[in-house]
Amino acid sequence: MYSEKVMEHFKNPHNVGEIPDADGVGTVGNPVCGDMMTIYIKVKDNRIVDIKFKTFGCGAAVATSSMITELAKNKTLEDALKVNRQNVADSLGGLPPIKMHCSNLAADALHEAIKDYQKKREAHKK
Amino acid sequence: MRRVYMDHTAGKPVDPRVIETMKPYFEKSYGNPASLHSFAQEARKGLEGAREKVAELINAERKEEIVFTSCATESNNWAIRGVAARNQDRGKHVITTSIEHMSVMNVCKYLTRQGFKVSFLPVDKQGTVDLEALMKELTDETILVSAMYANGEIGTIEPIKEISEIVHSEKAYFHVDATAAAGQIPIDVQEDGADLVTLSSNDMYGPKGVGALYVRKGTKLDPLIYGGGQEYGLRSGTENLPGIVGMGKAAELAKAEMGVESRRLRCLRDKFIKGLLEKIPHSFLNGHPVKRLPNNVAARFSYIEGESMLLNLEMASVAASSGSACTAKTLEPSHVLRAIGLKHEEAHGSLLFTLGKQNSEDDVDYVVGLLPDIVKRLRAMSPITPKELRESV
Repeated sequence: MYSEKVMEHFKNPHNVGEIPDADGVGTVGNPVCGDMMTIYIKVKDNRIVDIKFKTFGCGAAVATSSMITELAKNKTLEDALKVNRQNVADSLGGLPPIKMHCSNLAADALHEAIKDYQKKREAHKK
Repeated sequence: MRRVYMDHTAGKPVDPRVIETMKPYFEKSYGNPASLHSFAQEARKGLEGAREKVAELINAERKEEIVFTSCATESNNWAIRGVAARNQDRGKHVITTSIEHMSVMNVCKYLTRQGFKVSFLPVDKQGTVDLEALMKELTDETILVSAMYANGEIGTIEPIKEISEIVHSEKAYFHVDATAAAGQIPIDVQEDGADLVTLSSNDMYGPKGVGALYVRKGTKLDPLIYGGGQEYGLRSGTENLPGIVGMGKAAELAKAEMGVESRRLRCLRDKFIKGLLEKIPHSFLNGHPVKRLPNNVAARFSYIEGESMLLNLEMASVAASSGSACTAKTLEPSHVLRAIGLKHEEAHGSLLFTLGKQNSEDDVDYVVGLLPDIVKRLRAMSPITPKELRESV
């Protein structure tokens, strides 16, 4: 059902955990729907220097979370915002069609984390 | 490497003795039972012998009350549609429960589109059908009540005799889907008073592609397939003879061996359940603790999701199942788990292990040994695991 790449990331997910003093945090999904994830980012000079995730969900949810941390790490915020669901799925060698919508939330979580960071920075400026 | 199969509700191996019994009907006794010659006589003997054995398994009064079909889904479809079509002049009301198999649920939904009224009875937290609701819903307009003998997903055994008595206080027929129960617990149609009973061959270690419907003498229902008049004109079409003979043998073996085997499975089941609930904090049993199918271990684990657990089990070569949406073709969690009052997230965290003949105590120990670490690992990764649990695990 899943590609080798998905199983690889499911078995050994990269960057699992929390960043206690994260600069931005993004949570999407809902345990009611079966998938929920939180992405933590640390930003330095407009670049994502550290990223971690926590996920409740199926194999695809875990693998996409792991993959997004790899795709976003060391990117500028602008470039990270360009990473979308399709990029995540493609990097994993594809996802089963039914998983494309419900479990492929990682890109959204990343974008939320970046927005959270930007919002906090705006507030700080004022 | 050890491979452990604990998904027997989804599919069972065929008993080697069943396969041996089937073989001659592929190679030697291949005549059409409807013909005149000796090839046909052999085939006919096989067919009627099988009918006899299936009748004996459920203590049917006459073997002619057993009609062979292609699977339990077909039997369920036919029982409900056949009775509804034939008896609609008496009333257009059908009652079923909210934990039936999709082959009952979806036929009932079809009936509602045909102008029938269908009531779905609630169940309690352990999955037992609400008898008072049945009494309330049942009227002289009700032509059929359909309820399962036992639920394969949560293991709960229903009070079939009590349901039957209530149903027959009106002029309704009572259909029982005994797919999950037959071969595991004794079924007696005369004692229980069911009018129609669905049976599956593979669920008793017979071949797939065969099922049966018990039709009590005098029960009025439309034929399923029109044609050459096989199966008393109720289900025409040349009989799947090797399959039917296999189902007959499976029924015979089930009747003879069920007592010992079910006792063995109950011991394994209870050890399994106890092990899981003791070793894993925030774990719960799904379904009834006592009125429960001997092979059924259904449990849920808070803060994590079923498919992730299954994939981890699969990595350790353990085959199980989940009520989780993500494994099914739809995104909704199982209607059965929702009907027993589980929240979506609880339903998503459910696992189902169904034991069978080849499972040993070692298998149970192996899985009970594996699962705590799997749960721990996934909880450590989950954003909804409470902090105190995260630190203790």
